[in-house]
Amino acid sequence: MSDTAKLSVQIAAVLVACIAVALMPGYVDLFQLMQFTLFASMAVLALSLGFIWGFGGILCFGQTAFFGLGAYAYAVAAINFGDSTPAILMAIIVPSLFALALGYFVFYGRISDVYLGVITLTVTLILFNVFNSTAGDEYTIGVARLGGFNGMPAVPTFNMPFDPSGILFPEHSWYVTGGVLIAVYVGLRLLLRSRFGRVAVAVRENETRAALLGYDPRVVKLWVFVLGGAIAGLAGALYVNWGAFVGPTIFALSLSAEIIIWICIGGLGTLIGPVVGCFLIQYLVSQIGSQQSFNSNLILGAILVVFVVLLPKGLVPTLRNLILSGWHLVGDARRKGAEAKRNDLAAGQPVGAE
Amino acid sequence: MDLAALLALNVINGAASLFLLCLGLAIIFGMMRIINLAHGEFVMLGAYAAVLSANAGVNIWIAMLVVAPLFVGLVGLLVERCLVRFLYGRLVDSMLATWGLSLLIIGIVTTIFGNTMQGVPTPLGGFSIGDYRTSWYTLFLLAVAIVMMAIVYAVLRYTRYGLIARAVMQNPDMAAVLGVNPTHVYMATFSLGAAVTGLAGGVLAPVSGITPVMGGAYVAKAFITVVGGGAAIISGTLSASGLFGFVNQLGAYFTTPVYGEVILFLSAIVLIRLLPQGISGRFFKGTV
Repeated sequence: MSDTAKLSVQIAAVLVACIAVALMPGYVDLFQLMQFTLFASMAVLALSLGFIWGFGGILCFGQTAFFGLGAYAYAVAAINFGDSTPAILMAIIVPSLFALALGYFVFYGRISDVYLGVITLTVTLILFNVFNSTAGDEYTIGVARLGGFNGMPAVPTFNMPFDPSGILFPEHSWYVTGGVLIAVYVGLRLLLRSRFGRVAVAVRENETRAALLGYDPRVVKLWVFVLGGAIAGLAGALYVNWGAFVGPTIFALSLSAEIIIWICIGGLGTLIGPVVGCFLIQYLVSQIGSQQSFNSNLILGAILVVFVVLLPKGLVPTLRNLILSGWHLVGDARRKGAEAKRNDLAAGQPVGAE
Repeated sequence: MDLAALLALNVINGAASLFLLCLGLAIIFGMMRIINLAHGEFVMLGAYAAVLSANAGVNIWIAMLVVAPLFVGLVGLLVERCLVRFLYGRLVDSMLATWGLSLLIIGIVTTIFGNTMQGVPTPLGGFSIGDYRTSWYTLFLLAVAIVMMAIVYAVLRYTRYGLIARAVMQNPDMAAVLGVNPTHVYMATFSLGAAVTGLAGGVLAPVSGITPVMGGAYVAKAFITVVGGGAAIISGTLSASGLFGFVNQLGAYFTTPVYGEVILFLSAIVLIRLLPQGISGRFFKGTV
């Protein structure tokens, strides 16, 4: 497939997604719409890890640390200010700063992949323990009580920008959440086409070579990590907007595991894969929850094991390869020579650089 | 004075339980470079095996010291044959697959036994230090840790199996040329690590809450200790668990148990940053 064809397919897909978001409230009932709002906010979280893992090569086992910090930052700020606009900003800024500090420590220490996973996992556990033990009146920020294990109920949801009286209805929340999902997707796509995105992929492919070409892998990875943290924080704000509640279980290991499962299933190294995996698994888990016959951990664990062993690339790349090979079969019949030459060129490109 | 003695006992106890928890993981990670994220679930299975057989009438000591390690060792054998052997050399995939395995084990155990479990009472009773009472079981844990350390050290250092295992870990191809079958060695080592972990689960069962998700509390602690300890199995794990157990118990004494854990994790992160090769990579090079 040529670059132009790929670009037109992508633009068409984004347009279809926009139309789907716009038309959705007319076709599904309120309960389902709320479900999809939740799925979409989780999909933003999936995109954040899909970006730093798939394109930055950083396997962060504790992406929920940033998600949870964003959620808590939003909740505290929204309760204090009474207006969600600065609170959303806080939900992005606080996790970014945290990611900056942690990332500086980790990447400038040149800590290897595996230890990075262990450290991020540990940080998540620390946050869980700390927020779990914040019961009591002494743990109050402004007028917001952190509430320990019980969490913070009745957090103000989103309102019109700078207008605290104009609270959004569930339909509007869906537009906001779906819109943010599409915007983050498009933004990351554009970023990956930019100079920085190409350098990030180069660093993922071969750190030493990128360093020899004059790029500092530590800086590149740090910014990828910070950006991932910011997006995860934004997802946290969207999540609180959905449920008007935040508790320490947001830092739980099971959620961290689930994000990784979404990405493994959807496909690492793609942007659409994590979103697809997220929607599929969330739907599956909500179905299992309503059936009550199986334990959802059992199913999720089995799925993860099967995918890692048998389908390590994930759904989206596998399907794409199938479609592309079909395309080439058709194309080969007509334009054998020219096409083969261009394919060779395309094969030399790193994954995700298109 | 009594208080100091009690605190010292707590520190020793913390370090001993941490050492027991980590030893199996250190064998599997240190020798095979497989990150077993289902480690906490192996501990949980050991605890379940001990408690179930004790409740079924088996002598509590046999349940803890024989049934638990045997059962988990067999589970380890099964896991190695069905899953882990496809993942040697694929570090990240091994992490993901064993994470999936841990969810799977939690799911199976929850489905069979439900969310809670009748525990077993702590055997042995207690004794007094001045005004404070503490349990003999603390000293028993220490004894088990020391005996395990001696056994694992002796097996790795002085037996033929230990020699072969260390050779295979250093260079599997060369060992194969000399007539050793690396597959068998990997199998035995993984299952040995699992059995040691099961023993830890068994002896910790009377002093911990038995739930299907109890492994989650252990896995991060065990990992951070093994990574902090570095490549040498005995000296690394011993020094790291001594250090972290000390820090944890003192932190817990002066603040709260929750912040004790937080202090443990923070000091572990700082240690990994300062010594990326772990304590043994810096101070005990070339030891077992």
